Amino acid sequence: MTQRLPLIIFALVMAVIPFVPGIPPFWIVLLDNIGLAALVAMGLVLLTGVGGLTSFGQAAFCGFGAYTTAVLTTAYGVSPWLTLPASLLVSGIAAVLLGLVTVRLSGHYLPLGTIAWGIGLFYLFSKLEFLGRNDGISGIPPLSIGAFKMLSPDTIYYAIWVAVLLSALLTMNLLDSRTGRAIRALRRGHVAAEAFGVQTPRAKLLVFIYAAVLAGLSGWLYAHFQRAANPTPFGAQAGIEYLFIAVVGGAGYVWGGVLGAAIVVILKEVLQSYLPYIFGGQSQLETIVFGIMLVMLLQLAPQGVWPWLMSKLPFKPTRKTPDTSVKLEHRERAPGTSPVLLHIEKARKQFGGVLAVNDVSFDVNAREIVALIGPNGAGKSTTFNLITGVLAATGGKIFVQGKEVENAPPQEVVKLGVSRTFQHVKLVPDMTVLENVAIGAHLRGNSGAIASMLRLDRTDEAKLLAEAARQIERVGLSDQIDQLAGSLSLGQQRIVEIARALCVDPMLLLLDEPAAGLRHMEKQRLAALLRQLRDGGMSVLLVEHDMGFVMDLADRIVVLDFGTKIAEGTPAAIKRNPDVIKAYLGAAA
Amino acid sequence: MNTTIMLFLLQDGITNGAIYALLGLALVLVFAVTRVILIPQGEFVTYGALSYAMLATGQVPGTARLAVAMGLVAFALDLFFARKALHARLVIRSVALNIVFPVALLGLVYALVGPHTPIAVNIALALLIVAAIGLFLYRIAFQPIAHTSVLVLLIASVGCHLALQGLGLVFFGAEGLRGPALSSAAVTAGPLRFTGQSLAVYGLTVGFIVALWLFFGYTKTGKALRATAVNRLGARLVGIRTTLSGQIAFLLASVIGAISGILIVPITTLYYDTGFLIGLKGFIAAIIGGLVSYPLTAVAAIVVGIVEAFSSFYASNFKEVIVFTLILPVLVLRSLAAPQVEEEKD
Repeated sequence: MTQRLPLIIFALVMAVIPFVPGIPPFWIVLLDNIGLAALVAMGLVLLTGVGGLTSFGQAAFCGFGAYTTAVLTTAYGVSPWLTLPASLLVSGIAAVLLGLVTVRLSGHYLPLGTIAWGIGLFYLFSKLEFLGRNDGISGIPPLSIGAFKMLSPDTIYYAIWVAVLLSALLTMNLLDSRTGRAIRALRRGHVAAEAFGVQTPRAKLLVFIYAAVLAGLSGWLYAHFQRAANPTPFGAQAGIEYLFIAVVGGAGYVWGGVLGAAIVVILKEVLQSYLPYIFGGQSQLETIVFGIMLVMLLQLAPQGVWPWLMSKLPFKPTRKTPDTSVKLEHRERAPGTSPVLLHIEKARKQFGGVLAVNDVSFDVNAREIVALIGPNGAGKSTTFNLITGVLAATGGKIFVQGKEVENAPPQEVVKLGVSRTFQHVKLVPDMTVLENVAIGAHLRGNSGAIASMLRLDRTDEAKLLAEAARQIERVGLSDQIDQLAGSLSLGQQRIVEIARALCVDPMLLLLDEPAAGLRHMEKQRLAALLRQLRDGGMSVLLVEHDMGFVMDLADRIVVLDFGTKIAEGTPAAIKRNPDVIKAYLGAAA
Repeated sequence: MNTTIMLFLLQDGITNGAIYALLGLALVLVFAVTRVILIPQGEFVTYGALSYAMLATGQVPGTARLAVAMGLVAFALDLFFARKALHARLVIRSVALNIVFPVALLGLVYALVGPHTPIAVNIALALLIVAAIGLFLYRIAFQPIAHTSVLVLLIASVGCHLALQGLGLVFFGAEGLRGPALSSAAVTAGPLRFTGQSLAVYGLTVGFIVALWLFFGYTKTGKALRATAVNRLGARLVGIRTTLSGQIAFLLASVIGAISGILIVPITTLYYDTGFLIGLKGFIAAIIGGLVSYPLTAVAAIVVGIVEAFSSFYASNFKEVIVFTLILPVLVLRSLAAPQVEEEKD
């Protein structure tokens, strides 16, 4: 309950404001505008700040919300409350259609694409006959409860701010959940998230729709607040401004959206009313100052105002430690009969003219630690990527427990009980160790986005976090559980990756250079952990350059050189193998 | 349909397309070197065009004073960032570039301005003014954040666009302006009449495309600029001065923008905010070219111009809708063709 306390205080303060005697009515109008902008900005926080999908087109979704209610109430006489679901639905459907195209865009094509359809839709709004062209639609009825009509700014104020607070609450709930972690992992690229079963295109589409629906809600409120809708507030300029708001406040934070809205709306108002006095009657001066201030802000505080404010707080918000006594059921295992866990048959991968993996075959048996070694560029990591489905093989077959993996995507491979770590650590640096590790348990939970928003996911969530905490304890990082993953040393981050992989409850663990960056003692602890896992029934396939570590630990070693397997055998046999010595030390040795 | 109408539309489309091509080229250039998606490109167009138009009527455009003001800010920034190691040479260079150059330019404008100043002088002055603004814009807005993500640069770019567009209203007013034509010569070929103006448009566009392509593909400086784009740190390690690369890119972009503006202001009336939309169309071409290919960008720009001409004839209301929707399938194809690579953002 202590985490909700600031929210409750904020809600109470907002509820009291209109009753403060002598408060200028104009301030209430400003607060209404702040609330409307905050709704859109909150969606952008999720979409851009958290999910990493930059959109300049959010204003267009406000337009869908506003025009839907405008047409339904004026042309068809539908009651304003009934148009709310319609407005949200229209924005949502528009988001699905645009989203299917947009979320496929990569890199900088994405923001450019949103600018393009943002402008396209603006012109569509201003040219369509039934939307009233440039003049728009006026005479929209006000919201009303019984005989009480929300005609004035201080009555609709409550409708707007209830919407803002509810949306903030739902958004924060969503972020602090299984689905939320999947969304937060999107910004750092998709490979790591997909390796743990996250359907990244679906997660992207989800945030896209969510942001659009929030914008649609803002548009619906706007239409009933202004009692009119015309194209101007839904154009490219407005879309750009919403993105500013999110960036100014702090694009990664829900309250950053609200704070940003307050800063920008008030600033614009102040500039509009005072600049003409200073510079004498010139119009549009506020855009100049506005633009200059934006550039200055980006140079001084590129993270936004909210995180800066939070870092000034005298006290730090405490985190709840998960109750590790809650049990998470084991993953359902295929009734494994074959003693061969992983069977690779002539796997082949060609990149243009380069043959990275050349007909490599080997097996990993149950309860076995196999090491894959070879000089740099031998094709070890590529082999890992073929096994886990990150890359599609050019030829050959891979079987897990006798079942052929026909170039299945990573999300399917992990379901077979194969989990992995990465050579270049792929953690989300601004998430805690606990949250990062919990992504590993993604497939072992089942709560969806809506359940998370409504907090119906708590038992499921408690189990996932408990499992994550147990695995963190197992790898010996309990002291760092609440630290941000980005603040750990590289060696520790590799161990976090192992804990995350263990959360899958795997049968086969693929470790890509797990000992790199570890100190001597840490390596010994890691070796002990891996032996303990093997004795517990797990198999490990690892790529490693530390020969002492490998020779000591592995039951069997497979050696690759230039994509070809040159030797396989026990550590003792490999040490004496002339081909291996030649590959590592050159022919003259 | 009538062949004559079709030919007219084609001619119109190609003329506009050539302008979009010039702008698209500048956008590609700036993005390739600095990773900045240059939204204020449109303002370079209007500043160039309207400064030229004002000079032609014998007035001093406000842009000349803006250049001086921006130079002062750039000078202050130079001093601030070099405060720990102020060398005389550095200060002298900064004074020469940031103070002496724009002040001298302003002086020149006051000295030469008049209703009977030759067109060539007016063009030169307008180009110099916009070039100075482009150069200082990079120094002030982008150089301090040159290492940040494409997104941060993009938002800063939008901020610059807002500020410059607002200033455009102050300098040029809300009324549109037209400038005198560069030449009154005309050639007639069948039903079509090619004015000297449109021939200049074609010639300059082709010239720029070839020049840029040669510059980036075959000269050491061009290759250094490209290296900066790929990896700033790596470029610095091999001795490329990355800030200089950025300045060159902005200088070229602003000059190209201003030339496009001067080329079209005799054909159509330009307003202080027209540049944004023109720039965006150049943008579409640049995106179709993948922000890397000059010839492809040029071809795409011609296509955009032709599509615009035809849609303004058949569905004039939805002209902009059609042009801007055109981009989406292209973007999807682009994204599918170049599968996503792991990007470490922030």
